[in-house]
Amino acid sequence: MSDIKISIKDLHKSFGRKKVLDGVDLDIKKGESLVVIGGSGTGKSVLIKCIQGLLTPDSGSIKIDDVETTMAKTNRKKDFHSKMGMLFQGGALFDSLSVWENVAFSLLENTNISREKAKVEAIRVLRQVGLAPDVADLSPSELSGGMQKRVGLARAVITKPEIIFFDEPTTGLDPIMADVINDLIIESAKGLGATTLTITHDMASARKIADRIAMLYHGKIIWQGSVKEMDKTDNPYVVQFVNGCAQGPIKVEV
Amino acid sequence: MQRKYVENFLRTLGKPLVKFIISLGELVLFILKAVYHALTPPFYFKNFAKQVLEIGFYSLPVVGLTTIFAGMVIAMQSYSGFGGVGAESMVADVVLISVTRELAPVLSALMVAGRIGAAMAAEIGTMKVTEQLDALVTLSTNPFKYLFAPRLWAGLIVLPFLVLFGDVIGIFGGYVVGIYKLGFNPANYINATLENLQALDITTGVVKAAVFGFLIALMGCYNGYKSKGGAQGVGQATTNAVVSASILILIFNYIITEILFSK
Repeated sequence: MSDIKISIKDLHKSFGRKKVLDGVDLDIKKGESLVVIGGSGTGKSVLIKCIQGLLTPDSGSIKIDDVETTMAKTNRKKDFHSKMGMLFQGGALFDSLSVWENVAFSLLENTNISREKAKVEAIRVLRQVGLAPDVADLSPSELSGGMQKRVGLARAVITKPEIIFFDEPTTGLDPIMADVINDLIIESAKGLGATTLTITHDMASARKIADRIAMLYHGKIIWQGSVKEMDKTDNPYVVQFVNGCAQGPIKVEV
Repeated sequence: MQRKYVENFLRTLGKPLVKFIISLGELVLFILKAVYHALTPPFYFKNFAKQVLEIGFYSLPVVGLTTIFAGMVIAMQSYSGFGGVGAESMVADVVLISVTRELAPVLSALMVAGRIGAAMAAEIGTMKVTEQLDALVTLSTNPFKYLFAPRLWAGLIVLPFLVLFGDVIGIFGGYVVGIYKLGFNPANYINATLENLQALDITTGVVKAAVFGFLIALMGCYNGYKSKGGAQGVGQATTNAVVSASILILIFNYIITEILFSK
């Protein structure tokens, strides 16, 4: 067994004539927290969706624990999904269900646990992410954005996944709430010993949670390294992105 | 020069045609997938029960109102058409046949398409654009089994019962007009209705209803599933679901009638 958890080789994905991923190569080690940065519309979300099997890549290989996932049949995909958790950008909570039913969704649907036990477990995880037990019976629409993110996080970690994906976890939150979510992400990932892949363009968040940072530009990983290396690099793309300059090699299509 | 015109002409024809064929293919794939998942476990009975309540129970007032007035108007029209002697038995028969074979199934289905098809497309479309469908997949749950199969089953099974209910109410509407407006003898009218009652009338309506129910749920799910781009996309999906379901209902109404009655 190698210590590589997710290995991506030469991944391509186009929508119509638009090439979104154009040969992505990326390895994520076990227990590592990798943050992929990149501008809006550079294919960060598409990358995550390909790894999860929500989108089928045009070509290339994705291996999780040395097993190829791109050719997997639907029932095999289920095995992969049971290893993964995902925090969606907008939370993606089911608004027809209560907060605790959202959190306990996989337990209720995929295991034989009783509803009472599932609720107890859901409340325990809700407490871990800093939510009081009386939130459990509310509907997701009654919660603030930050609270919805926490519920989404609770739902992602309740099955103790080996891999957790975070899709812009701090977007749309105030800086303090964003930092609280960052702390929760670090805490829950370290607590589970999970491998995490975060996509974001929030540099404060990236600095805080990343063991390693990779930059996606024009469908390729153009740079990767630690936070320290990022601050020293003279790669003009990275420098421009990190400092948030309008001038530089990255042209914004207006 | 002329060749360019021909090319442009073909291009204008070709583009929508290719688009049409692509979307037809997508629809067929969707149907195959939906039917496959509706027939294989796991089944979500709780979701099915919820849909039965939503499609069936809450549609009762709408279906009742639609069919009672349909029955009433048919009694009135056929009386003015036949007039004179023997009208009693004729009116009863016409009300019976038109309500059970056509009006109850078609009008109920159209009303339910507006009520349920739209709601389904809006709900599933919103789930799609807010990534809730993706979230389902990442939680090891197949949206086809969890969302679509219960709706398709509920549509297929519930609509026949709604139509049976509509049959009764519609015939009652004819009865009310016959007795209180046209002055028929109640006993004779009921006798005439029962004498003319044939199993084929009822089964026709029930078969139609099952097909219509499936179509309504299918169009609701499909258009919701295909929707993209936020609120506008969901609005579009809702409109498409109702319009396509309504048109399909009318087309299949003819096809089924043709199959059952052409001799």
